[in-house]
Amino acid sequence: MIRILLFLIFVLALAVPFFNRAAPALFGFPFFYWYQILVVPVGSLLIYVVYRVEDHGEAE
Amino acid sequence: MPHATASIVFFLLVSAVLVLGFTASRWQSGGGDLGHIEEWGLGGRRFGTWVSWFLIGGDAYTAYTFIAIPALMFGAGALGFFAMPYTVLIYPILYVVFPRLWRVAKAKGYITGPEFVRGRYGNRWLALAIGGTGILATMPYIALQLIGMQTIIGALGLPGHVPLIAAFAVLAAFTWTAGLRAPAMISIVKDLLIYITVIAAIVVIPSELGGFSTIFAKVPAQKLLLATPPPSSAGAYSGYATLALGSAMALFLYPHTMTGILSAAGPRVIKRNAVLLPAYSLLLGLLALMGFMALAAGVRSMPQFADGFAKYGANYAVPALLLNAFPGWFVGVAFGAIAIGALVPAAIMAIASANIFTRDIWTQFIHSPSHKGETLVAKIFAIFMVVGAVAFILAIPSAYAVQLQLLGGMWIIQTFPAVILSVFTRAFNGWALLAGWVVGIASATWLAAENHFTGAIWAFHILGYTLPSYIALATVLLNTAVAAVLSPVFHAIADDRGQDETTEADYA
Repeated sequence: MIRILLFLIFVLALAVPFFNRAAPALFGFPFFYWYQILVVPVGSLLIYVVYRVEDHGEAE
Repeated sequence: MPHATASIVFFLLVSAVLVLGFTASRWQSGGGDLGHIEEWGLGGRRFGTWVSWFLIGGDAYTAYTFIAIPALMFGAGALGFFAMPYTVLIYPILYVVFPRLWRVAKAKGYITGPEFVRGRYGNRWLALAIGGTGILATMPYIALQLIGMQTIIGALGLPGHVPLIAAFAVLAAFTWTAGLRAPAMISIVKDLLIYITVIAAIVVIPSELGGFSTIFAKVPAQKLLLATPPPSSAGAYSGYATLALGSAMALFLYPHTMTGILSAAGPRVIKRNAVLLPAYSLLLGLLALMGFMALAAGVRSMPQFADGFAKYGANYAVPALLLNAFPGWFVGVAFGAIAIGALVPAAIMAIASANIFTRDIWTQFIHSPSHKGETLVAKIFAIFMVVGAVAFILAIPSAYAVQLQLLGGMWIIQTFPAVILSVFTRAFNGWALLAGWVVGIASATWLAAENHFTGAIWAFHILGYTLPSYIALATVLLNTAVAAVLSPVFHAIADDRGQDETTEADYA
């Protein structure tokens, strides 16, 4: 049930009331912007974890 | 000519790439029979992880996206950033759904989504509805690529429609000879140029403007964040979230993205790309911020750009920003990247529509030709799609293309139950799915018409609570509910579960 991590991506990306705020800012970016940009690599990493757990080295 | 250096660099780059398209016909062919539609229209299902990365990236993140998303940030502000959650959510969907779909497509020789649906339900009318939706939704999408290119050519101050027609004539020619291999090869050049452009822009422009804090400080407060919803309404919050989720559900249903995925060499290539493709989303996020940089730089009030904004509206924001910030030669590189970024998806869209026309309309309803005849039909239809899109842009105001594209997104998502859910379950009845599709298309079109084809969001009122939603998402839920309720009824009248030509082993 490692695929629960994929569901987590939906939660992170769609939590609009949580991330619709300006503070705290990072490198001049309001929270709204740096948070959503950060979700991109986090999402990629979560998919990578699922891939590594599920992959058993079958053919391409 | 006002931008001579930029125009020359632009012309050289675009020409070089068009020549490259012709050399692609035998690339990665592995000695396959190029007269077969699986070779022409799907590159022989032979693209590995990196070629697929460039191809799907170049296919899904189009030139129009690169102009329209920053334009939306420039005009509407924070709402335009929905492109971030949207292009994050497409990847878990890609990872879960498409390795299974790829396997069954390979096992049964399907080259389109509708073909899978026909095999699954033994129902060519359902497949016709799905395929027709795909072609109709793609037509305005190709037209938008031309608008993207037109904006760039216009920004260079080049005269008339001649460059546009010339570029697309050459595009039609290499699509004919090389099929999907041409955009696959070009996408590598295109994506490298786009990455160079965006990275340079993100380094150079903010330092010219005094850093990101200064840029964000110059954005008006009502554009910086979404408006806080009024009491008993989900306001902009649900609008934003449903726009992201609905767009993500729709993206891989488009024929061109489906074709890009099915041309991969296997399920692991698709899974690895679900990990690697988000790099393009980062790129898109940085590009989106160029809308704010254009605000901060104040390009709209500069006299030299007054004409451009009058002609192209907010779509002119990124071209104006680049013209303002960079020397001529680099403007040529950047504009070349965007123009080539229009050619790649336009070619794939034409090929993908041609695959559907051939496999799901021509051979099913008109005439069943040989392998060679099949490829010929596809090639002719691909040319028809390109010529049609050029004629459309020259004859009809571009606002209609934008409206039709909006409608196209609401239509294509109506194929979600039949294509995506059918990858996991055969509980639906084919005719029930068709009924759901009719209800979905009709309700989406009706709500869009109530919005005068300009707004994608509709405010639903439920028990005194206001829930604004992307029309596409609300109507596909209705579509799925109709299909689910009618399926047992239709099974009782005429059970079609025996007509599934796929077996569980085809998916695993």
